[in-house]
Amino acid sequence: MAYSDKVLDHYENPRNVGSLDKNASNVGTGMVGAPACGDVMKLQIQVNDAGIIEDAKFKTYGCGSAIASSSLVTEWLKGKTLDQAAEIKNSAIAEELALPPVKIHCSVLAEDAIKAAVADLKSKQPGSKEAA
Amino acid sequence: MSHTAHHFFELLGLPQQFSIDLVVLQRNYRKIQAEVHPDKFVTATPSERLQSMQTATLMNEAYQTLKHPTSRARYLLQLQGIETLEDSNTAMPADFLMTQMEWREAMEDAQHAHDIDALEDLLRTMKASAKALQEEFADTVSGDPQAAAHLVRKLSFIDKVSADVQEIISRLED
Repeated sequence: MAYSDKVLDHYENPRNVGSLDKNASNVGTGMVGAPACGDVMKLQIQVNDAGIIEDAKFKTYGCGSAIASSSLVTEWLKGKTLDQAAEIKNSAIAEELALPPVKIHCSVLAEDAIKAAVADLKSKQPGSKEAA
Repeated sequence: MSHTAHHFFELLGLPQQFSIDLVVLQRNYRKIQAEVHPDKFVTATPSERLQSMQTATLMNEAYQTLKHPTSRARYLLQLQGIETLEDSNTAMPADFLMTQMEWREAMEDAQHAHDIDALEDLLRTMKASAKALQEEFADTVSGDPQAAAHLVRKLSFIDKVSADVQEIISRLED
């Protein structure tokens, strides 16, 4: 299957690969996996005192589309609030990367990873950043 | 679901349960395939030929489904009306996913080091893990089908990573 130029770009030069300290109180970790293809995705976000995402890292084992989806969302996440982050939809990821229908589940995985990371972070910081 | 129209276990003369005798499965399958073999229908009517071909196709599907533990498990749940949602359910326990990542990392390291022994060790670990899940499935499937569906999703991951390791081993052995 032919990958789009944008998928290839993220696949060959993935942005923000790596890890953040999962025990830090301002870091949220989301781990999700797709049983059908065996892809595993870990996405981490770090917020500053104002509740803005200042860093995002990922580690993904999977096909080019899964890697590109996670690489893309780490770029999108920086500068967003947690609520804005949680609004990122898989359809936007799929559209940006021109994913074919059989690869849509890779963008679903990335959306679910964001939601899991945001939920993890919110569970660490109960309501304290809402007013910022 | 096309599967529900025919009952694969019944077609192949096996009890409807996860633990089956693979020798009996293969023996029954071969017996039926021999009965519907196209060579026996050379002089038959077109409708008889079509019928035998359809039976052969169905038997093949039944055999392939029951032969592999994960597809057999998935099918058993389908018979109970439970879908395993392997393409949409992405919520897996963090420790399970962590193990998947560790296996994938070990796989890549061994691949780069051309270390076939390490890959075979990894494969053995995966097989043991799959076997434990299969035993758990056999105990769970009738009492708690949703928990059993979760086990199928785990097995699906292990099947995929095992196949990837297997492929690397065969490539390195070439």
